[in-house]
Amino acid sequence: MSTEPTTKTTTTARQVPAIGRSGRFLLTAVTLVALMSATRIWTGFDNLTSSGTTGAALRLTVPILLAGLAGLWAERVGVLNIGIEGMMIFGTWFGAYGAWQWGPWAGLVLAIVGGMLGGGIHAIATIRYNIDQVISGVVINLLALFGARYLSELFFVGQRQGGISQSPPQSSGIPTIDFPFLAGGNIGGWKSPDVLLWFEERGWFVIADIAGLLRGITAGVSLASLFALSLVPISAWILWRTSFGLRLRSSGESPQSAESLGVNVIRLRYYGLLISGGLAGLGGGFLSIVSSSYYRQGQTAGRGFIGLATMIFGNWRPSGVLGGAALFGYSEGIKLVAGRSITGLFLFIALISALTLLISAGQRKQRRSIAAAVALILAMVAYLTINEVPDSLTQGLPYLITLIVLATASQRLRPPAQAGAPYRPGEDH
Amino acid sequence: MSQTRTRITLLDRVLTPSQSPRTQTMIATVGGSLFAVVLALAICAVMLAITGKNALDAYSTIIETGTDTNKLLETLRRATPLIFSATAVAVGFKMNLFNIGVEGQYLFAALIAAEAGSWVGLPAPLHVSYILIVAMIAGAAWASIAALLKAYKGIHEVISTIMLNYIALAVIQWLFESFFREEIEGNLNVKTSILPDSARIPDIVDGRLNGMFLVALLVVAVFWVLVYRSRFGFRLRASGHNAAAASTAGISARHMIIISMLISGAIAGLVAMQSVLGEAFAYGPSATPIQYGFAGITVALLGRNHPIGIVIAAILFGFLDSTSAALQLADVPNSIVKVMQAIIVLTVVIVNEATIRRLNVRTAEQARAKLETGGAS
Repeated sequence: MSTEPTTKTTTTARQVPAIGRSGRFLLTAVTLVALMSATRIWTGFDNLTSSGTTGAALRLTVPILLAGLAGLWAERVGVLNIGIEGMMIFGTWFGAYGAWQWGPWAGLVLAIVGGMLGGGIHAIATIRYNIDQVISGVVINLLALFGARYLSELFFVGQRQGGISQSPPQSSGIPTIDFPFLAGGNIGGWKSPDVLLWFEERGWFVIADIAGLLRGITAGVSLASLFALSLVPISAWILWRTSFGLRLRSSGESPQSAESLGVNVIRLRYYGLLISGGLAGLGGGFLSIVSSSYYRQGQTAGRGFIGLATMIFGNWRPSGVLGGAALFGYSEGIKLVAGRSITGLFLFIALISALTLLISAGQRKQRRSIAAAVALILAMVAYLTINEVPDSLTQGLPYLITLIVLATASQRLRPPAQAGAPYRPGEDH
Repeated sequence: MSQTRTRITLLDRVLTPSQSPRTQTMIATVGGSLFAVVLALAICAVMLAITGKNALDAYSTIIETGTDTNKLLETLRRATPLIFSATAVAVGFKMNLFNIGVEGQYLFAALIAAEAGSWVGLPAPLHVSYILIVAMIAGAAWASIAALLKAYKGIHEVISTIMLNYIALAVIQWLFESFFREEIEGNLNVKTSILPDSARIPDIVDGRLNGMFLVALLVVAVFWVLVYRSRFGFRLRASGHNAAAASTAGISARHMIIISMLISGAIAGLVAMQSVLGEAFAYGPSATPIQYGFAGITVALLGRNHPIGIVIAAILFGFLDSTSAALQLADVPNSIVKVMQAIIVLTVVIVNEATIRRLNVRTAEQARAKLETGGAS
């Protein structure tokens, strides 16, 4: 315990003292938007920061965000959860069934229950029977994949527009709202002005882009998206500001010492995995109820795994998970709206590389400068020579971006110390 | 502790101290696995019953169709790609690496090998070997990306191989659509150029089972020698078991990660060769079978990463897969076969863990009993 203050000082020593964390965050955000704005004006590709793109990106972000939070809750209590994909599949199926039978809200609840079912199996297998956490996760993925198919064969085959790989469509969805004043929402029948739209249409450098990005998350937002976004601060608050959260995290960092202080590690790990499963299930339900209006086989499309990647990318913190999920959701959203103008992204990469080159040259970091220079040249050459990126290749783009981000960011990560290690009370390790 | 000592389990009745520890482990493993399979069948029967299907009907259908000689060949045919992919996964497991990327590796290898095979003309045995070697190199090349990311950037192979699976699908589609696709008027089933006769592997039983089954057995044998009987295998297992301890003995974990991942990818490259060299004679998005990478993981787990276990598990899964058509005719949803496979793996892994735990307790007890009697006399 006496090491606590010393580790604190070493971490603060590395940070830039002048502006602090939130200042630095704001500076980075504004710089990024400025680069995007420059790219937009240079290439004339207005969709880069339009509210339409951002809105699509938000809808694509939410399931990945929930998957990432699911991974976070599991690993914070010390259990790897490779089975998130499977728990999401349970969520899509049960969510679609519930929404079809009893309406969208009941569907979301049932999706959470379906995910918790998967989380419960994972908990029993890994905690009660002590089997390898990765293996149990993989088996849950298989069980969910084929279990959902089996259930569809029983419940959906023979229904109108239903079949072995698809559920009947739902009649109603989760309502969406426009924020008043920001995005022209109604207040008691009176339509407020759409301020952000006005700014967005002016096309001013940086200001129009910020307006477009904000309007995407304030206009036509599903209530389910807002609920999912609220889970980020809620998770952070529970895990870092309550004693329950402290105990949860301690069973992932050092279960032996937690147990010695009277924490029931086993019970907390069950809680953590049930919450994890519920979040994954909700993410699945979002896919089959909000993103579309029916269950389809393969609907999750690996989002559970991408959620795990965003969790690593986000350094096992809720805000970081949100950042990673947004990056992924945005690159998927831009893929939808961009079409051929996706080559504009090369210019964006070139601008980022140029900025990195300037900064690292100023700090006299040779290796990073060289890497940035190489990236700058490659991106510029790509921008000037490639006229069209084939559709098939852009399919792989979000995964490639994730991999590149992981490769460049994974040096400073700190996972929970005992995540993945099996634990049995009373046994020494 | 005293409570567990007096508890007599099933295991204690079956095993007697007169048996050597090796036989004891073997009996426990085989018995435990059989018990787990029966348990899984029981769970599936309950599932069938809850959903209003007759479990006895389903099981008798499975047994009837399974004992037919034609079905036996069908079983071996379906087991062949499973043996390759399970062995690929098992090589990774020996180094404590979880290669989920077999799926992308074998599909990439299938495309490259089929295309490269159509470029050259060689005498028959050389042509087939050339394609097999290209497939292995292509599989290893794709796996090398994950290997390097793990060895030099510390990116967990589970994450990187999953991402690489999706990237592989995009790259394969792009290569196929833009360069390798053979245009034939009015043919919807698009493929790469059809391979000549010299590039086709002979059948063992005409039209039912081709030579890749023997290649699969050969690969399993090589796997056994390499991992359990060679210096390299010893270093691999040592590093996989405890990388830090092994590195003090001069075994570089980084090298072991790269080498084992390359071997794993090379074996993965052979998964689709049964189809490319013996059935479709080309690569095609609908002609080349998918999902074998994931099936291989379950087979490897079921076979406990041991060569003999893998062959048995692959044959069991091949058998279950071969009965699915008959099940559908008997009005049982054939997806139950896949559910059954997943449940079998889950129960086998759980029972296995419990047996090992119990065996360890027994060994400790016997050692203590020996000590106590030795001290008294």
